[in-house]
Amino acid sequence: MTDYHWPPADKRSLIGKRISRIDGPWKSSGRAKYSYDVNRPGLLQAKVVFSSQAHAKITAIDTSEAEKMPGVKAVANMLPQQKPEDWEVQWEGQPIVAVVAETEEQARDAARKVRITYQPLPYLVEDTEPAKAGAKFSKVLSSKTVGDPAAGFQQADITSQGTYGAHVITHCCMESHGQVSEWNGDALTVWATTQNVSGIGGEIARGLGSRGIAVPANQVEIISPFMGGGFGSKFSPDAWGVACAELAKKAGRPVKLLLERDQELMTAGSRPSMYANVKVGAKKDGTLLAWESHSWGTDGPAAGSLPSLPYIFQVPNIQVQHAAVLTNTGPARAWRAPTHPQMCVITLCALDDLAAKLHMDPYDFLLKNISITGPRASNYIEELAKAAELMEWKKKWHPRGDSSPGPVKRGLGLSLHTWGGRGNQSNCEVKIHPDGSVEASAGTQDLGTGTRTVIAIVTAETFGLPLEAVTPNIGDSKYPPAQASGGSTTVGGMSSSTRRAACDALDQLFAAVAPSLGTTPDKLEAVGGQVRVIGDSSKSLTWKQACAKLGATTITGKGRTSGDLISGGVGGVQMAEVSVDTETGIVRVEKMVAVQDCGLIIDRKTAESQVYGALIMGVTYSLYEEKIMDQQTGRCLNPNMEFYKLAGIGDVGELVVHMMSGPGYDDRGVIGLGEPPVISPGAALSNAVANAIGVRVPHIPMTPDRVLAALAASGKEVTA
Amino acid sequence: MSDKDSRPDNLPNQASSKNSSVTGEFSRREFIKGTGIASMAVSATVLLGDELAKAATPQTTGAKWLGPGAVPISLKINGKMHNLEVEPRVTLLDALRDRLDITGAKKVCDRGTCGACTMIVDGKAVYSCAMLAIEAQGQDILTIEGLAPEGQIHPLSQAFVDHDAQQCGFCTPGFVMACKAYLDQEPNPTYEGVQKALGGNLCRCGTYMGIRHAVLQAAKKGGLA
Repeated sequence: MTDYHWPPADKRSLIGKRISRIDGPWKSSGRAKYSYDVNRPGLLQAKVVFSSQAHAKITAIDTSEAEKMPGVKAVANMLPQQKPEDWEVQWEGQPIVAVVAETEEQARDAARKVRITYQPLPYLVEDTEPAKAGAKFSKVLSSKTVGDPAAGFQQADITSQGTYGAHVITHCCMESHGQVSEWNGDALTVWATTQNVSGIGGEIARGLGSRGIAVPANQVEIISPFMGGGFGSKFSPDAWGVACAELAKKAGRPVKLLLERDQELMTAGSRPSMYANVKVGAKKDGTLLAWESHSWGTDGPAAGSLPSLPYIFQVPNIQVQHAAVLTNTGPARAWRAPTHPQMCVITLCALDDLAAKLHMDPYDFLLKNISITGPRASNYIEELAKAAELMEWKKKWHPRGDSSPGPVKRGLGLSLHTWGGRGNQSNCEVKIHPDGSVEASAGTQDLGTGTRTVIAIVTAETFGLPLEAVTPNIGDSKYPPAQASGGSTTVGGMSSSTRRAACDALDQLFAAVAPSLGTTPDKLEAVGGQVRVIGDSSKSLTWKQACAKLGATTITGKGRTSGDLISGGVGGVQMAEVSVDTETGIVRVEKMVAVQDCGLIIDRKTAESQVYGALIMGVTYSLYEEKIMDQQTGRCLNPNMEFYKLAGIGDVGELVVHMMSGPGYDDRGVIGLGEPPVISPGAALSNAVANAIGVRVPHIPMTPDRVLAALAASGKEVTA
Repeated sequence: MSDKDSRPDNLPNQASSKNSSVTGEFSRREFIKGTGIASMAVSATVLLGDELAKAATPQTTGAKWLGPGAVPISLKINGKMHNLEVEPRVTLLDALRDRLDITGAKKVCDRGTCGACTMIVDGKAVYSCAMLAIEAQGQDILTIEGLAPEGQIHPLSQAFVDHDAQQCGFCTPGFVMACKAYLDQEPNPTYEGVQKALGGNLCRCGTYMGIRHAVLQAAKKGGLA
């Protein structure tokens, strides 16, 4: 049996190296076909009619005029309620009806002719404090006491109080949600932009069943070789996944239905807001004693996210309460590291304010309390030191409030975070063909994280072959099932299942080859393009010669996620340096440092890209992006990309990424990386701004108006 | 923020269409004014529905009437002529993606903000979602597919690979084309120049670090024509 454990550092020829993603050339030359790009013969185009009301009963849907419009082929109802008397929409942007026509323009024209009659109902779209929202629109989700908070605060030499929070943002995937659906007899093929290739076929079949179209789940094939971003919002086929198939069935032709940008931002995913009133107490030397918080936030019409506060720091005495504010806004979906960025902002900003009150450098304050951070404490100590070195923290840091003259103030902030990232349940099949070619197949997906490349690296490493010798097949539900890509679980699931499958295939190859080398399978190894007797290159065959011994039979190795090749739980530290123009309120990122561990790194290049990308997404949610709702009309004011702002290339400053690896890290096995580095930027940047201007901007994004308001409230604003 | 709002002067079309977000004093208004009823129809689609289109007639606008039905047009794309029929309101982006199956340019914001649809028209980077197909007649349209024959890779695309300047890759073709337009005019790019020239393209995955390096590498290596 080939030892399937990860090879030691000196035996790795590919794992951990900087390797370019293998599908990169397809993407950067425009040849990669995404779902949005699939043009099937006879393709029709569908558009969706969305609710214009935040909350209403629907008393009538009249599609008669729409159906007479040029090119129109069919319409489909998308409401979740079956019976007309139950029809109700709960947010502006909720899909109601889909219309399919020959062209996009015709479908859009026809969609405009659908007449919806609403009977408006009371609504709330602002995620105001629960007391203001009232009993009808809020709900206490949890209340918890640990230790003796009252005694803790009594023993504290210093207490600090503040309000902190993060507003609702959206996923804003570049490729909007949707799919192309095509029937071939009773079988359905769906080119879907999805994080869940192996999972959504069954959901579509169920949805169609409830619409009176019977199709067995195994007759639904999902294809998604490339997808334009998901970030947690593309696990489900959604109402449009079912409607698109229904329209294709009715029209007897393939149908494309991708959401338009306004619909994407209103309905296809948001990150819950979270705000908290916090009181935190410590001894003079910085030792944390007590935490009290009343937090709230909105997940949309239903209660959802439940934070665990304080984040990471296991303060001995805790009193916490969290309430959901029920708003008539697009429902929340998992957003890269669900609830962690919000909990991190609330906690690490409150601790930073406490450190400032103690006149302590927050670096020293966090180190003072590092023993209550749990299992990652020793990682944090190493990572804090590394980050401080890369940021020159001790040289640059100054007490709160940049005292240098002029309106532009500089400051430093830091934060730390944790995430699980243990591999999901995935299967992989590795085939060795008699001509020496190798395929590795799995019903997983590449969200841009590099899944395809990871599978190829692990297979090639195992066989001692160059990367190009392996063809990875993913993005199709016909391959062995793999779980959805969420929570940074894919790299662990796929690297370990691929390794096991490749070792299984190699064992079979060795068994076929051993007699011709006059030895037994257990004495063979695959190294440097050869199959040879261990350590003896005089008794060897080239990979091609070895595979030729298979005759006409292809070998298939199978593997599943292997718990002993992976683990969970990582830590990371980030530092930010900003300059803030106190006259305009504009925050500028000068530099960010991210120090991150993730166990054994498979591809250092794409791993670093995950961290760079997370920092940039972090800058965006800390400074620019925000879903703005208007209580007067119940509508979203910025469902577009000119007012829903993403950071541009000139907005992100200098970024420095350092991956912790080597002894103590590699031996933990593979751990997921997508989520953790996106957690800290909010707190690190907020703390840097507070350090620069001397006052806390309570909420992110720290837009100029909020910065100026914070300065005004403190009496520190600059008047011309 | 500031970079996004200060576009380079040497990329007029890109600068104009890409600057339309808040201040945008020329972009859309200019091209609507310039092309008359045809673009009125498209702006009406966006803004007011077909009532506005009905109100505008050749008498009120003094423009040549095209449409509203499909009209035959010819487009020169990547050196090859294509004949097709489109309604005058169809954008250059939709004409290529929906009618000609040229899908390298992506549809994301569909209103001249994000740059995912960037093409090079007569040497200038444009947002093809904010240009009408009929308007692009008689011009040289270069899409990402035209950079290199299928199976080969353009040095600029290769630089994006080498520096991992892409994740999901949906914004990437637009960035490559914006880079191409920039480097065609500025063979010796600076870090600051890159920030400004690419300020009209947006990425959600956060690949800007790789893009910065890719542009500088590509320029250093030359051979970008």
